[in-house]
Amino acid sequence: MRFWLALLFACLPLAALAQSESAAIVHASNTQVAVGSKNFTESVVLGEIARLAARENGVEVQHRQALGGTRILWRALEHGDIDAYPEYTGTLTHELLHGVPPNAGIDVLRARLKPLGIGITDPLGFNNTYAIGMRAKEAEKLHIRSISDLAQHPDLKLAFSNEFMNRADGWPGLKAAYHLPMTARGMDHDLAYRALAAGAVDAIDLYGTDAEIAYYHLRVLKDDKHYFPRYDAVYLYRLDLDQRAPRFVAALNNLAGSIDAGQMRAMNKAVKLDGKDASVVAAAFLGVDAGNNTSGDFWPRLARYTLEHLALVGISLSLAILIAVPLGILAARRRRLGQLVLGLTGILQTVPSLALFVFMIPLFGIGAEPAIAALFLYSLLPIVRNTHAGLTGIEPSLLESAAALGLPPRVRLLRVELPLALRSILAGIKIAAVINVGTATLGALIGAGGYGQPILTGIRLDDIGLIMEGAVPAALLALAMQGVFEIIERALTPRGLRLRAKA
Amino acid sequence: MHAPKDSDSAFALQGVTCTFDGVRALDAASVAFTRGRTSVLIGSSGSGKSTLLRLLIGLEWPVSGNVLCDGEPLRRDALPEVRRRVGYVIQEGGLFPHLTVLGNLALLPRHLGWNASHVLERARELAALAHLHEGLLSRFPAELSGGQRQRVALMRALMLDPPTLLLDEPLGALDPLVRHGLQDELREIFARLGKTVIMVTHDMAEAAFFSDHLILMRRGRIIQDGRLEDFQRTPADDFVREFLAAHRNLPGGGA
Repeated sequence: MRFWLALLFACLPLAALAQSESAAIVHASNTQVAVGSKNFTESVVLGEIARLAARENGVEVQHRQALGGTRILWRALEHGDIDAYPEYTGTLTHELLHGVPPNAGIDVLRARLKPLGIGITDPLGFNNTYAIGMRAKEAEKLHIRSISDLAQHPDLKLAFSNEFMNRADGWPGLKAAYHLPMTARGMDHDLAYRALAAGAVDAIDLYGTDAEIAYYHLRVLKDDKHYFPRYDAVYLYRLDLDQRAPRFVAALNNLAGSIDAGQMRAMNKAVKLDGKDASVVAAAFLGVDAGNNTSGDFWPRLARYTLEHLALVGISLSLAILIAVPLGILAARRRRLGQLVLGLTGILQTVPSLALFVFMIPLFGIGAEPAIAALFLYSLLPIVRNTHAGLTGIEPSLLESAAALGLPPRVRLLRVELPLALRSILAGIKIAAVINVGTATLGALIGAGGYGQPILTGIRLDDIGLIMEGAVPAALLALAMQGVFEIIERALTPRGLRLRAKA
Repeated sequence: MHAPKDSDSAFALQGVTCTFDGVRALDAASVAFTRGRTSVLIGSSGSGKSTLLRLLIGLEWPVSGNVLCDGEPLRRDALPEVRRRVGYVIQEGGLFPHLTVLGNLALLPRHLGWNASHVLERARELAALAHLHEGLLSRFPAELSGGQRQRVALMRALMLDPPTLLLDEPLGALDPLVRHGLQDELREIFARLGKTVIMVTHDMAEAAFFSDHLILMRRGRIIQDGRLEDFQRTPADDFVREFLAAHRNLPGGGA
């Protein structure tokens, strides 16, 4: 009895934390209107501009920054998790809408989006099309001026952003259009610049407004076959905003035609290369006060990330314990069913974590909920497996002695089997917790916050310090989890079992 | 004769066959165990004697034949109740390592609603009977010697004062000195309590020491069932003769 009470007490803080935090999350997501942005600087700046412009129009809008790639934002918009986000016409024609002619006008797009419940502003004023860039010196040496020239140099190493690698208007089409012989590898866009500067790769994809073109002395290759479509920046928004927040829609439409390529490049540079806050840069552009949306001082910021992270881990782990321990017991009892359960949870574990996070979006939207769901699924296997192993590893003579005493199965399970398997079960929970702390950093990609937030922003801004701000606490938290669970394990393991382990 | 009517006996087997993976561990065995006396199942390892014992409390289940408990066929739904009227002790004691001695003794009584002081009182009584120092009640099994562990196992089996004791090589894991001491004590305890005792051993001397009702088994069959004198005077076959010959120093002037 004593250590069941102890186990209960050990779980209480988790449960309490889970409750307070889920309340906080629900509260946060109740904010009426939200604008989202993709995880690159320009999108975040445009998201901030939308937020601040809305505020000037008297609408408080939440900005869910750097949520991920196009698919995540599009789904979030469809799902209503966000109400607007900055997009590019080329992405709409080539990726999101089917059967639309390339370089279709804004009216064609507007007509196509309307049945989906989505509105589109007029172009903001700059064309951020794809381009291919090389180190200027290298291009000079090899006499490469246009993309056609690349075909003469099959040994050049190409690295493209993962999105560019896969989209129809990206690398596959480009390779075919220009008959390029080489293969390319996928790489994070922000890292690609550094790889290019360091000489690890020879050519990468760029955006026309990237701040780094001048900074890294790059040559933008001429698109001599006019392969790349126009990528005019626009805002997409849910048409129901016309009722819910008409002034926000007005603010977005007011921004049309107000940002040219030079201004955008300057803003990108200010954030990415000069280290200014996106909020400050956006406010300066609009000529308004940045307000208090800046990320704040270090310690409060760290505390917020920590709470968010602990909530992700705590809630998902608590749920996993509640489900996985009974599943493990079931698996140990019924051999056939057990193999099925172990197999299924094993398969779950093989789903790449990023993919699992994205799969959860249609079910749970974006934010903490899908991240918790994904982490929950990841936590199942170690706990189920260890519960199963702990129970099936009990000496048969002990199980038989319990049966021979005349104890009913339920009492045998509670008084004999689970206590004997407790060490193994706790070890499984510990593994799940430590893995969870690491995996939860990916939650930031779908708007769940936590330590992944500064890591993601740090990668985007090429700011090692910011990356460390998330990576170091995440590592420390993993170590702390390990320590805490070892203490719990020590406290809950009956003394008789420790004696046996010694003998 | 030692063949009481099945209805008078505490336990009886009627033509019981029990197989494991197609191998017959017990082959059409019939035997009855008289109330209030000690019977010993004897045979070499693999003879089916442990299987026979385990069948009596439903730890194994026959493929054919009947197991009778107090004259009634054993039913699965009655197992917990039957098992509480039987104390069962195995070679290594089967003590739960996560519980203290008292915890082991208290497990079933507490489930049945005894209060703590009642459990403690009974535990002290049995500690005196089994010559276990009371101070050991708060120890864990890992802190006890092999002999002490078997005393505790016997105490646990006796907590509810069941009419029957089943002992599967209870002294098998002990060194000879401890073993001889405990043999004396056990025989005295059985005599004092007047229980039906069914014991399994592979040692003929031990079997003869505890009882004159012997059941000799080989390869799942009961070869001879009777008193030691019957075994010596009219051995059922060469196997019995050889088995007796292997144990020369038997009481009653064997061989």
